[in-house]
Amino acid sequence: MSMKVHTRQVDGITILDLSGRITLGEGSVTIRDAVRDVLAKGSNKILLNLGDINYIDSSGIGELVSAFTTVRNSGGELKLLNLTKKVHDLLQITKLYTVFDIKDDEATAIAAFSK
Amino acid sequence: MADSITSRVSFTLDSSLESVDKVEQTAEQYAKQAGFDEDTVPHIAMAVREAAVNAVLHGNAYDKQKQIHAAFETTTDSLIIRISDEGPGLDPEGIPDPLAPENILRGSGRGIFLIRAFMDEVNFRQLNPGTEMTLIKHRTPAQPGT
Repeated sequence: MSMKVHTRQVDGITILDLSGRITLGEGSVTIRDAVRDVLAKGSNKILLNLGDINYIDSSGIGELVSAFTTVRNSGGELKLLNLTKKVHDLLQITKLYTVFDIKDDEATAIAAFSK
Repeated sequence: MADSITSRVSFTLDSSLESVDKVEQTAEQYAKQAGFDEDTVPHIAMAVREAAVNAVLHGNAYDKQKQIHAAFETTTDSLIIRISDEGPGLDPEGIPDPLAPENILRGSGRGIFLIRAFMDEVNFRQLNPGTEMTLIKHRTPAQPGT
């Protein structure tokens, strides 16, 4: 199953609702393109909703890290929302859990972005 | 008790992401058949997927003239998976530690780390040409003194 992205705006924050698999190939490219599109449109506050991501591999993890650094280098913020247990465990193992700002609730995540 | 083989299969596949998917699916099937629990099966499947990605991407560099080889073996003690490529060879000692502060924000380089995290033993053997990676997961925890 490939990855799908749905984009919406809430209080000036761009939320990317991702579903499917983030793996080498299509999923990784899709997330990279989606983040670039958001930045190209002038928004640099991005919330990645991973609630429907059922699988991620090392390439997908790398893509999340690349998205994080790309957005940060543009002066913006990227946060993660609704990690599944599998994704949570992988970020723990790779010590990335403390790198990302991770939220379990959308309203809390939106409020956590700088104004 | 002798560590006898109970099941075995091997494939030779082209250097593609479809091959990676097939190897991953076979790993999941073998892990289930070997009786691993529902938390361990996806870990084994992911480790094997990462090994296959390594062979296709870093070993054979998607070269259509080169193939990857995958062998799955269930013994009374372990699930053993061997993945090999026909690439230039891999120096496992030369892989940077992805947990080191200077590497934590790198966009790649976590595959071998995850394989080691999820399997009990990971061994590398240099072929001519290529690299063979052997992944082993024990079916029961090793008991002291056995």
